[in-house]
Amino acid sequence: MAYNYPDSTGHFGPYGGIYVAETLMGALDELRAAYEHYSVDPEFKAEFAYELKHYVGRPSPIYHARHWSQKLGGAQIYLKREDLNHTGAHKVNNTVGQALLAKRMGKPRVIAETGAGQHGVATATVAARYGMECVVYMGAEDVKRQATNVYRMKLLGATVVPVESGSKTLKDALNEAMRDWVTNIENTFYIIGTVAGPHPYPMMVRILIQYKQECVVQMPELAGRQPDAVIACVGGGSNAMGIFHSYIEVPGVQLIGVEAAGSGLASGQHAAALTAGKPGVLHGNRTYLLQDENGQIIETHSISAGLDYPGVGPEHAWLKDSGRAQYVAIEDSEALQAFHDLCHYEGIIPALESSHALAYAAKIAPTMGQDKVLLVNLSGRGDKDMATVARVSGIEL
Amino acid sequence: MSRIQPTFEKLKQRGSKALIPFITAGDPNPQLTVSLMHALVEAGADIIEIGVPFSDPMADGPTIQRSSERALKHGVALHDVLDMVAKFRTTDASTPVVLMGYGNPIEAMGWERFAVRCAQVGVDGVLTVDFPPEESHEAFGHLHRHGVDPIFLLAPTTSDERITQVAKVARGYVYYVSLKGVTGAGHLDLSAIAQKIPHIRQYIGLPIGVGFGIRDAETARAVSKLCDGVVVGSRIVQEIEDSNEEVVIANVARLVKELRLAINQV
Repeated sequence: MAYNYPDSTGHFGPYGGIYVAETLMGALDELRAAYEHYSVDPEFKAEFAYELKHYVGRPSPIYHARHWSQKLGGAQIYLKREDLNHTGAHKVNNTVGQALLAKRMGKPRVIAETGAGQHGVATATVAARYGMECVVYMGAEDVKRQATNVYRMKLLGATVVPVESGSKTLKDALNEAMRDWVTNIENTFYIIGTVAGPHPYPMMVRILIQYKQECVVQMPELAGRQPDAVIACVGGGSNAMGIFHSYIEVPGVQLIGVEAAGSGLASGQHAAALTAGKPGVLHGNRTYLLQDENGQIIETHSISAGLDYPGVGPEHAWLKDSGRAQYVAIEDSEALQAFHDLCHYEGIIPALESSHALAYAAKIAPTMGQDKVLLVNLSGRGDKDMATVARVSGIEL
Repeated sequence: MSRIQPTFEKLKQRGSKALIPFITAGDPNPQLTVSLMHALVEAGADIIEIGVPFSDPMADGPTIQRSSERALKHGVALHDVLDMVAKFRTTDASTPVVLMGYGNPIEAMGWERFAVRCAQVGVDGVLTVDFPPEESHEAFGHLHRHGVDPIFLLAPTTSDERITQVAKVARGYVYYVSLKGVTGAGHLDLSAIAQKIPHIRQYIGLPIGVGFGIRDAETARAVSKLCDGVVVGSRIVQEIEDSNEEVVIANVARLVKELRLAINQV
């Protein structure tokens, strides 16, 4: 089955599009034209491939989590090791790609929004690498919660701007980055960190993140076949979209996105936009949103700052409605259990975001035969989460 | 029928320019909004823009963001804003009222229901900052059918092709953003405006209002020479923020009178 989304105007069925103020339209036109040009330019492609191999460390391996699979007593779990990338997550693929594009567009200044700080660190990293000025917007609440990542960004030469408006979290950082962009359009490139925002971002970020559909080649080599299901966590949805896209046209491979159910869907304290939200328009695109009955965006809650976002990439909205992917939600406590289990049985410390995907795999693996294969995207490593995990375990570091 | 076109025609006959102040509904509190609207008219406003508070006002600077937050603290929703306009209309049948805000609260209400309510309560125009013409044929169709004018922004960076697209759906007036940036920023370039406005007129027959960055009477006067109307938002909202509630109406009225006098000198 051919999958041809988005269309030429950036729509995934009814979702996506370009919902921005007129003041940004010129910049998006310019970006679209540059992306169309360079994404097929051999010199750009060669430089990007070189950087991914030698700077990021791609391809990342796939690993058979034998011990954990055995303990769970069902399906075999394989992990796509994005945690082994430079900077510790899948995010850097995207920032390398966008920075190379910015360089060619003659933009000496890059800006980014960040929640937990992973995308901010990945942006500060490439800005240092390519000699660009870098400003990262981060909600004032997140600045307090993620002091180590703030320091990392500063070490890398970035300016971190705490955002005091609204709920002082990721969505407000995104608003502020948009405001900076519209004010400094001539010299500034906005590196969006997920598959959301106005066209062409959702398409561009998806393609940059999973540059070469590595898993489709690696799985037969290691497991002898493609997986029965691919499982990935979904906040904005970049790591999930990266890995799903490799498999969208492969029949028989189930795609499962795992959202953050926080303290439980019934508590209202969660970040599960696809599972519990309604379609609407925010941050440049139409998608599922957590909102009240008057269309105001509501605050989200998750133990993992990277999933703590009230919207989701528009392609996920479309994959949900079209039935090609299924979306489920995992609570904080379940994600923490998977976090500890992976540490214990495999010697791998996963990011709390990725732990949501692991937790769902752990839930369904025992119900499946041992000949079944699950591929979980281990989107990032958990070093950044030490303080959070210690705190909920009642340990003072 | 919208009151906007007749208002601009009358102003033209008099050789005058429109003064279009902006306030956010529910700021500083919902009880004061209708009184503030009447005070704006008395002080010389020709058209009133009412901001519909939204949790994520991406195109607005800090001043209007804070006004939105103050209004949301009072729980002001789109249906409340419509009720305020209805109340305003009980004693003012002639001053055009334009709602300005973001698309999602309207999406939540439903565009058709919203358009019907606008027509019922006497809203004349709607400016949805984050809904460009290409995304919103159906939405603006509902407004057209109920006689409500969709108002659009044009920016210094808007291409001629896009001006043509806007011209197809826009009614009432178009709102030219006089600088690169968010509302309330301060680097307005008069000579650029003087060049751009005649250029826009080649494509659009509607009156052109100019706003974003008009912070004092002198700038209002200078800008009004170049176009058909002057929109002043952040400066007025700043006055609301700086005034305590007993004097807020008097302070806003004094400011709008100054702006009116300056524009009348053109």
